[in-house]
Amino acid sequence: MDLYGELILDHAKRPQHAGLREPYDVEVNHVNPTCGDEISLRVHLETVAGGAQDGAPVLRDVSYDALGCSISVASASVLAEESLGRPVAETLETYRHLHAMLTSRGTDPGDAEQIGDAVAFAGVAKYPARVKCALLPWTAYLDALARAGADISAASERPEGA
Amino acid sequence: MTTGQLAAQPLSRVEIGRIRADFPLLRRTVRGGRPLVYLDSGATSQKPRVVLDAEREFYERHNAAVHRGAHQLAEEATDAFEGARETVARFLGAGTGEVVFTKNGTEGLNLLAYAFSNAGAPGALDGADDSWARRLRLGTGDEVVVTEMEHHANLVPWQELCRRTGATLRWIGVDDDGELDVARLDEVVGERTRVVALTHVSNVLGTVNDLGPGSPVVAAARAVGALVVVDACQSAPHLDIRPLTAADSGVDALVFTGHKTLGPSGVGVLWARRGLLEAMPPFLTGGSMIEVVRMERSTYAPPPAKFEAGVPMAAQAVGLAAGLDYLTEVGLDRVHAHDQQLMRHTLDLLADRPWLRVLGPPDPQRRIGAVSFVADGVHPHDVGQVLDDSGVAVRTGHHCAWPLHRRLRVPASTRASFGIYTSLEEVDTLAEALDRVPGIFGLAG
Repeated sequence: MDLYGELILDHAKRPQHAGLREPYDVEVNHVNPTCGDEISLRVHLETVAGGAQDGAPVLRDVSYDALGCSISVASASVLAEESLGRPVAETLETYRHLHAMLTSRGTDPGDAEQIGDAVAFAGVAKYPARVKCALLPWTAYLDALARAGADISAASERPEGA
Repeated sequence: MTTGQLAAQPLSRVEIGRIRADFPLLRRTVRGGRPLVYLDSGATSQKPRVVLDAEREFYERHNAAVHRGAHQLAEEATDAFEGARETVARFLGAGTGEVVFTKNGTEGLNLLAYAFSNAGAPGALDGADDSWARRLRLGTGDEVVVTEMEHHANLVPWQELCRRTGATLRWIGVDDDGELDVARLDEVVGERTRVVALTHVSNVLGTVNDLGPGSPVVAAARAVGALVVVDACQSAPHLDIRPLTAADSGVDALVFTGHKTLGPSGVGVLWARRGLLEAMPPFLTGGSMIEVVRMERSTYAPPPAKFEAGVPMAAQAVGLAAGLDYLTEVGLDRVHAHDQQLMRHTLDLLADRPWLRVLGPPDPQRRIGAVSFVADGVHPHDVGQVLDDSGVAVRTGHHCAWPLHRRLRVPASTRASFGIYTSLEEVDTLAEALDRVPGIFGLAG
């Protein structure tokens, strides 16, 4: 099966940066009502002082407790791994590319330069019923960012070249 | 009705083969040429060609808006629709005046729930027979009883009814084997109980709730004058449900849906005692359901028309009738015996796999139609995905019975469910496909 690559299974079995941590600004709880998958996710943002990025938020911590299938748990793990410590704007860029890949029905193989380990989810795009599983942690993340006061409007823009 | 000794013979391999040939969809392949193994009939059944033909013939030969117009087509369409009602009535062992066509089972249950809250409106019960009308009055202090194994369709409408009326929702619990906890029935059903709504067969566990003579739940409801409402969506495709409508059954209303019973989607059935239907205020209002309409107010047609506002789903009703005739021709006693054979085979195969845990009653005779299970350490979605890759279609998730899953302390499950066309070989394929799971997810198979 092309869906369960080693990377996904590794992340599902050993989710990176798992567990809810202090300090945090906002905690959100999201469920997938069709299957009952659940995630609690916290974000902790810091604002860059000075330089070209002055005032831009950085993701100091993202922590989570995910209950669900291997796809949703692995997706939470990859989200944390790819996003921790990065400027929020860059994580939104990752989300846009990931979202485009996941909703492409398999026509967009994903770009490891843009989304890192999340390319492992390219196979998910061929199974529309599972796209929601992969997106659940990201949807929770965007919600948490918005509640923490970050501007997430860039998340809904189409990625360049898509 | 008994799930004990079966007089009828299960379907033979040759008979199953003949039945399968009547279902065109079963011939297709999925996921790169694998033969389809459809084990999701609990969600919706596949349709025999006679159902498709009946719908097509209605549209090609007789289509018109029923109960309207004086032209020949209108007559033919009306005859076809009312003929379908007669078939449903025969299937239920009931009178045609007790059979209401609905969109699906969910609508039937909402229609009933709204009868209670609408009965509270001024004048809503004027002229109604008080022996039935008083049973529709619901308010603060009254109680509505459901069970912990209900499909959301037989839970949420009652929750909402309680919210609208101030009544209190109570429920009969489920034990670790997936059976109703009838030992504690008297703590739940009491003098304040006005309605007991429960499923005949659990859509997750296949548990058959005893609703026959001597049923403790029905007896408890009757003793306090509570109405008994049965969700027969999962039993109608597998069991003779005529005993439920018998004069002394103690059941007051039941619903089932067409699309699980070999029929098309968009049509379901509500059966209720004639006196109850007469007393119940309408749910959806508009054309077809009226008697006299004036600008200020209107009076309503007798049931079943009172509950069938708007142009009805005539072609779908005709298709459903063809589906019910198909089941009746095979014989529901034999359909049940076939299901029992599949159930025993499935439980045996799953028991051979210690990394799987079957939910629900261990005794196959206590179950019908569905087997849900969990694999330790692998989420049901992932199990379902591996099965799908082998061409095996099952349901994964909470199957619209979230509280039941919570009670059984599992977040979700994988469900294999059977139809009249399901073969023993398909169950073998399910077991073989399941054997891929430990390897892929690193379990000790």
